[in-house]
Amino acid sequence: MTVSVIQFGGSNCDRDTVQALAHLGVDAALVWHEDGLPADTTGVVIPGGFSYGDYLRAGAMAARSPIMDDVRAAAEDGTPVLGICNGAQIGCESSLTPGAFTTNASARFQCEHVHCRVENADTPWTAAYDEGEVVELPIAHGEGRYEVDDDRLDELEADDRILFRYCDEEGNVTPEANPNGSKHSVAGVTGESAHVAVMMPHPERITLPDVGPTDGQGVLRAFADAVEA
Amino acid sequence: MTAFTAAVEVRLKHGVLDPEAETTARALERLGFELEDLRAADRYELDLEAEDADEARDRADEMAERLLANTTIHDYEVTVDQR
Repeated sequence: MTVSVIQFGGSNCDRDTVQALAHLGVDAALVWHEDGLPADTTGVVIPGGFSYGDYLRAGAMAARSPIMDDVRAAAEDGTPVLGICNGAQIGCESSLTPGAFTTNASARFQCEHVHCRVENADTPWTAAYDEGEVVELPIAHGEGRYEVDDDRLDELEADDRILFRYCDEEGNVTPEANPNGSKHSVAGVTGESAHVAVMMPHPERITLPDVGPTDGQGVLRAFADAVEA
Repeated sequence: MTAFTAAVEVRLKHGVLDPEAETTARALERLGFELEDLRAADRYELDLEAEDADEARDRADEMAERLLANTTIHDYEVTVDQR
């Protein structure tokens, strides 16, 4: 009954994620990628960081490591899987989720708090929020611009697979409130099934009350709910 | 078996913003050069042994599809030369 937080060489949000999950009462453990996914895994987080030094493309190497076969198999069996930041890049590189995250339009690394609008509250990751709710989440990435071809994006939107969009404090999705130039301001998407999702903002960094706001708790609560169910 | 070098050139698809290329173009303009556009590409040279050039190309194609390019955002081109 444990959420596995996968550690690659260069992951750096792994321990934060375990701590945030523990705060929510979710049993979570670090799993070194070479050790494979433990059989009692009830959820998977692919955490943020710079796996393999972002060689080739951010997430490209980790996406092709053997543990990702385990993650794909677990996802197919209904295990919730969340990729955060570098984990989102890995998720898209491994085709768990559609599209790609590439260089920010600013060509700069951006580390700041942003606002995101909940686009679909009918997923495990957003069930704690209302549709249209505005949450404050931190971002920290150089390659977070969501890219996907226009037809595919139309399909994703029609199928309600956009989790969050970047917006201003009032919930308006505008070019000014889009920190990285993501197409249609997409900040997170789900896979074929809603229990697999990736997002560039860091819910684990805004979960512990010691640090300030706790808007990210709702995302990670998906694991608590999955364990209870 | 013959020795080949297969070169794989990976570039962003037309229409996908390339902030690094834009920044590089602006730097060239600051240095006084005139240019209309700049496109960047990554080039990988693969030395391999194959029965013929077609086989070498097929293998390089597969490497591009599975790792060297992300076909969501990239186009790629393979050229094969005997070493």
